[in-house]
Amino acid sequence: MSIIQIQGVSKHYANHTALSKVTFDVPKGKIFGLLGPNGAGKTSLIRIINQITAPDEGTIFFDNEELNKTHISRIGYLPEERGLYKKMTVYDQLLYFARLRGMTTSAAKKTIGFWLEKFEATTWSKKKIEELSKGMQQKIQFIVTVMHQPDFIILDEPFTGFDPKNTQLIKDEIQELKRNGSSIMLSTHRMENVEAICDDVVLLNKAQVVTSGSVMDVRKSLKDDTYTISYTGDMKPENIAGINLKKIEENDGFTTLLFNYKNKPDIQLFNVSELHITEYREVLPSMQEVFLTLTDTNS
Amino acid sequence: MSNIKLVTAREYLTRVKKKSFILMTLLTPLLIAGFYGVIIWVSIGQSSSTEQMNIIVVDPTGIFADKLENPDNTTYLYTNHYTKDDLLASDSIDALITIPSDFSLENKLEITYESISTLSASNNGKIESSFHKAMQQQRLVKIGLEQSDIDRLKTKVYINQYKVDKDGSTTSSNLGVNSALGVAMSFIIYMFIFLYGVQVMKGVIEEKTNRIVELIVSTVKPFELMVGKVLGIALVGLTQLTIWVLLSSILMGVIGLIIGLNISDLQHLQNLEGNTALAKIDVTQLQFFSDFLALPLGKIFGVFVFYFLGGYLFYGALFAAIGSAVDSETDTQQFMFPVSIPLVFAIAVSFSTVVGDPNGTLATWLSMIPLTSPISMMVRLPFLTPAENWQLILSMLILLVSILGAIWFAGKIYRTGILMYGKKVSYKELGKWLFYKN
Repeated sequence: MSIIQIQGVSKHYANHTALSKVTFDVPKGKIFGLLGPNGAGKTSLIRIINQITAPDEGTIFFDNEELNKTHISRIGYLPEERGLYKKMTVYDQLLYFARLRGMTTSAAKKTIGFWLEKFEATTWSKKKIEELSKGMQQKIQFIVTVMHQPDFIILDEPFTGFDPKNTQLIKDEIQELKRNGSSIMLSTHRMENVEAICDDVVLLNKAQVVTSGSVMDVRKSLKDDTYTISYTGDMKPENIAGINLKKIEENDGFTTLLFNYKNKPDIQLFNVSELHITEYREVLPSMQEVFLTLTDTNS
Repeated sequence: MSNIKLVTAREYLTRVKKKSFILMTLLTPLLIAGFYGVIIWVSIGQSSSTEQMNIIVVDPTGIFADKLENPDNTTYLYTNHYTKDDLLASDSIDALITIPSDFSLENKLEITYESISTLSASNNGKIESSFHKAMQQQRLVKIGLEQSDIDRLKTKVYINQYKVDKDGSTTSSNLGVNSALGVAMSFIIYMFIFLYGVQVMKGVIEEKTNRIVELIVSTVKPFELMVGKVLGIALVGLTQLTIWVLLSSILMGVIGLIIGLNISDLQHLQNLEGNTALAKIDVTQLQFFSDFLALPLGKIFGVFVFYFLGGYLFYGALFAAIGSAVDSETDTQQFMFPVSIPLVFAIAVSFSTVVGDPNGTLATWLSMIPLTSPISMMVRLPFLTPAENWQLILSMLILLVSILGAIWFAGKIYRTGILMYGKKVSYKELGKWLFYKN
């Protein structure tokens, strides 16, 4: 089940190609990471999904219907550069955006009350945006994105500008939105966040899809037979045939080895008397490494 | 359509609620009325409350004795001997004028004026004129003219202007009234286009730099956003103008009542032949008011509102396009220049050439070209005869079509510009944007 299906989408500008035959699906009810270096085409793609611009070729389906204007009210969008009217009060601002997304005034008022209370922001409602701290403004922007209960939410770098406490708050909110059935597309450069909250990802580089799938599958796809083993006891790793040692660390009597082996090495390999193994596992590349590897080799 | 309404309402309400708007709107008419009131109060106060001046004239030649006409509030007293010490000792005498003993009528007159207080400009003029008249009169008598002949030499000319139409009807016309009204109206339009046009531009830049557009243009078409903004700000201007007109008329009316100067009274006075009060009121001033009221004020006001809005919409769209093409206000210069030039040119030429020759070739052309017509046509308007109405209608039609063209043009630039960041835009680039697809 997909909320968004992108099929062969291309977008060209006067002197560069922003997207070239991009195809992938965003699954329903999951948190989906849209990754890629600057200039990979993420913003162009988000603009096309938001129907700010149209693709030159290709089709996009929203919940199995071809994307059209009626879907706008079902999409929530948090732009990377936070966009709010500085001279407008929090309340007027929320009401304006809710009305633009097709909510009735009375429904909008109810929702605004709910969200302001949830973010402990009721006392700010009559304040102008310019009077708020950056973190507070971010929260208002987040409310703007989600208050019309969209089925599909696009978050472009949602954590920038937040302190650790508020970052956690937003992470929890994103998880809650997911539990409530929303599908979320997260565009970020912070790979630790991707590993922590994304179920699936797509990686764009130079207008094309480089890889896509679940976070685990993507990481597995780049695994290079690296393993780690931690133990106490006396063993000379140099004596083990066939392993290619990458790193040895000794700490508090524990030895940790990082090594390559062409197949998963049998545990028997380390069958040495008096050896006590505390950890033995395959090491998958982190998303950070996946990102760097894939965007580098393609360049 | 409902989106345009939402955008318009937001643009309107956020601006109208601003403290600076409320202050400007309420204070300006108060200032104007206050200014007007002070001028009237001062001029009335001067004529009624100026102290009576007694001036001693020491005239050893006897040429001026009893020959000087006493101006308002001034009495000349003649004596052969009076000194500075006498002046200092006296409470009732304000000044001392001494005629040189060797003065004769054929020579230039140089008199000395001594007083405790300084001679004011108006009194200086009055005294000069008294002596001038007395000398002139006596020279004429010397030539051999009778007093009755001299009286007959006094002339006063006043031009009663009438415009004659082909159908034979005539309307009174006053150059001063027409020029003042035309210049005032065109200046208001000029100010409005600049003040509010720049507001449109700033609003667009704000939305662009804040990336608010990214949120909005997904639900609202860029064109709707632009039109909503331009309309919202137009409504702000109309609100301000309406409040100004209402408040000013009320305040002026109140001041008029207080000082007893009432336009309808003047008209009434004018209609009473031989009214003695009439003699006291300057005929030209009276004529000014009646000529003003004789103008087709309803038509002028309607046309004014049309050009007021039309000029703003035309330029407002262009200002919106400029705002969308740049990343910050400091980058607006290169595009502001060509847009401002026609406006500044129009106001400069209108205040000189168009007022001087409202039906000349330059004036006619300027009042047709939409870049200048909102200003130039307003200057010409009070001079237009019904027979020239076709020019007015043509100019209005051209402006209407041009507004649509400007909005189309601006919409194309705006649509691309608001989503384009970090790029110094050239005119060539702008040209390309006109033909971009979505």
